[in-house]
Amino acid sequence: MQAELIDIRNHLVQHSPFDDMPEELVNQLTASIEISYVRAGTQILETGQASAYMYYVRSGAVEIFRRSGELYNRIGEGEIFGQFGLLMHRKVRFPAKALEDSLLYRVPAETFHYLFENDENFADFVEIEDRSRLRSALSRREKSNELMTSRVTRLISRKTISAPTTVRLQEAARIMTKKGVSALLLMDGEGDNTRLAGIITDRDLRTRAVTEALPSETPISEIMSEGLITIRASSYIFEAMLTMLHNNVHHLPVMDGHEVRGVVALADIVKYESQSSLYLVSNIYHQQNVKGLKKISRDVRDSFVRMVNEDANSHMIGSAMAGIGRSFTQRLLELGEEKLGPPPVPYCFMALGSMARDEQLVVTDQDNAMILDDRFVPEEHDAYFLELAKFVSDGLAECGYTYCTGDIMATNPKWRQPLKVWKSYFTDWIENPKAEALLNSNIFFDLDGIYGRTEFAEELKALVADKASKSQRFLTMMARNALNRTPPLGFFRTFVLEEDGKHQKTFNLKRRGTAPLSDLIRIHSLACGSLAQNSFERLKSISKTRLIVEDDLDNLRDALEFISIVRIRHQALSIEAGKEPDNNVRPEDLSSFERSHLKDAFQVVSNAQKFLRFRYNTQVTRNV
Amino acid sequence: MSEHQPVPDSIRRLPWPEQYQALARHTKTPVLKHFYEAGCPSPKTPVSEVPLVALDFETTGLDAEAHSIVSIGLVPFTLDSIQLGKAKHWVVRPRLPLHQTSVTFHGITHADIDEAPDLSEILEEVFASLNGRIPVVHFRNIERPFLNEALQCRLDEGIRFPVIDTMAIEAHLHPDRHPSFLKSLLGKKPVSIRLADSRKRYGLPHYAAHNALIDAIATAELLQAQILHHFSPQTPIGDLWL
Repeated sequence: MQAELIDIRNHLVQHSPFDDMPEELVNQLTASIEISYVRAGTQILETGQASAYMYYVRSGAVEIFRRSGELYNRIGEGEIFGQFGLLMHRKVRFPAKALEDSLLYRVPAETFHYLFENDENFADFVEIEDRSRLRSALSRREKSNELMTSRVTRLISRKTISAPTTVRLQEAARIMTKKGVSALLLMDGEGDNTRLAGIITDRDLRTRAVTEALPSETPISEIMSEGLITIRASSYIFEAMLTMLHNNVHHLPVMDGHEVRGVVALADIVKYESQSSLYLVSNIYHQQNVKGLKKISRDVRDSFVRMVNEDANSHMIGSAMAGIGRSFTQRLLELGEEKLGPPPVPYCFMALGSMARDEQLVVTDQDNAMILDDRFVPEEHDAYFLELAKFVSDGLAECGYTYCTGDIMATNPKWRQPLKVWKSYFTDWIENPKAEALLNSNIFFDLDGIYGRTEFAEELKALVADKASKSQRFLTMMARNALNRTPPLGFFRTFVLEEDGKHQKTFNLKRRGTAPLSDLIRIHSLACGSLAQNSFERLKSISKTRLIVEDDLDNLRDALEFISIVRIRHQALSIEAGKEPDNNVRPEDLSSFERSHLKDAFQVVSNAQKFLRFRYNTQVTRNV
Repeated sequence: MSEHQPVPDSIRRLPWPEQYQALARHTKTPVLKHFYEAGCPSPKTPVSEVPLVALDFETTGLDAEAHSIVSIGLVPFTLDSIQLGKAKHWVVRPRLPLHQTSVTFHGITHADIDEAPDLSEILEEVFASLNGRIPVVHFRNIERPFLNEALQCRLDEGIRFPVIDTMAIEAHLHPDRHPSFLKSLLGKKPVSIRLADSRKRYGLPHYAAHNALIDAIATAELLQAQILHHFSPQTPIGDLWL
């Protein structure tokens, strides 16, 4: 390359995928360029024509169409087109037409293939299928976070300390003190038949044994925790973190089949990842009043930003934020019960929407409800529950979880009802579906018990899973609602490009991205009778059925992950800049990497919506 | 300075293709003989079929007889395609001292100049890109006279060729570019036909750097745009060259 071509080279390296290209290759690329000026309206590429070039738009604008004539994309300065044809049979796949007078840099096929062979990043970028481009972008990102690449076994540093379930309280405490451990595993059986039966922790000793002044001869089996939450030895550290956050446990036995490999404690992860969200969670439980909670709630955003900067994935961040939200709620309920006395009848406090899905971010309002025991008598008991609900709701508002504008909170009598009433609500929603009403009750189909008798919530989940999968009308209505919000087509310069070719200045990444995705994932998940609430978990359960082909599910997962992470990053950047985070994004705030991959992700959403429409519209006409 | 071997008027009056043939016979210099023998297309040839070369010189001043060439940039092209792989750029040592003001403008330093060859040492390379192509310049009073003068000094013989001048095309398109006193009072701005300003009218990008090669590329792009906007690929080359 002639050194004097630096101006041309410099333009290329400001844009993906040339920004990461080795200098030598960019020089070769520059020297191979053929410049061509085209006037607005010129047909640059026609379907079926032999592909000879990849094109780079130096100035102007070009429109790319599908063979059907539908607008596929609008390409502006610094973007490329024509690469698909070069990879596929060397025939033009998408016709292209100049929208404005444009100066194009043509890269001959020979150079294109040379770059493809010698620059992995370039090859990924121009890869024939948009979705694999999305995938490799995500995997590159995930590789950079240690929590996602290190196995949980790495945290096991000492031999497992265990004792038979037959030991007495005092003996158990003595072992723990002598070995300096915060948890003791309790085993049943002998020799090869030894099985993990339970666990006792420092906290159990404090809260159960000491507080209740149990005799030192109490059999340990009477106070140990059973039905343990464990984790497989092959899991990654972040999975251990998610499990702890979701279940509010501080110790996880690591299992290799039936064999215990060790115990991972909260402290191990906190040490690994100081200042982590887990640390914040454990701190929440140490607060003695709302004032204390409010004070540490200021750390939530720091914790969020830190996770983003450490390249955590959206599942991790969403679960961490939901875990923090749950912990605030749980601690407020504990404090509320301390203040108001024990509840007159059992109840379950239920999270709805993003918290229930483990997909919470920093900009969030509170969506919650109470399921009361069926022995509930309003005149006698409701005053207590109203006051408790108010205490929690006000406390949450103090901690930054704003009141729900739709009044979906336990303070609303409609959403503070006995289990039987809740069952009738769900039965009615599912068996007599009305589109309008379902729009408002959508949020109840993401639910999770977070405090008290969580089995009440499990009963509701089971009811929903059973009834929803059988009601085609309900699924059809849900599908119709889910299609109300569509993703944009892509971006063009500083605008959001809509399918009809119109432009917008900004767009809402939640309304136009993550929400349509979680909506349609919810419907498929309900259709296959899954109990899962988290979108990624729902995708896993859908994959066990034959409802959607595996490849499409992977695409949905990648699209959700990418859109979520862009939304998360956008909020983190706002926080760092001292601005109030929101979901509105201007295209000029996105990197060219984000823009091109978001476009791919939108395409996945759009295709999935088409599938949903096809699947449920067919059903409607058949039933009519 | 007078020509030692003046080209007779009988040759000068010939149309370009015939003139090239006559000059090929007339010249005593091999490099020029090759140039003329490579030929010149008939004036009727559509511009889209003519091999072109955009040419730009940076010079120590505007007077071909008093100033010298400092650098040469060129890029062979056609109406359809400007091939950067064939782009060339040379710094040459001027015969006359480099003027301080020009130094800053060209971005060429004294050190560059000291190491640079004399034009005579690179003539064959330069002509390798010129042979068989019609030169395209922006403002024809630089490249043709400076090249003619430089050859005159070194080979004792000048050079004759037609050029396409993108500035002349702009001048032709904007005959009233200098508003009258009255119109300028009313706020009418003169139309600039300088390279960068002309490019803007066609939506062509701004180039930050200034060197002979980038200016040659800029000129080639401008001609592509001018032809597609105001002429056609079928326009005979004879209507465009001067």
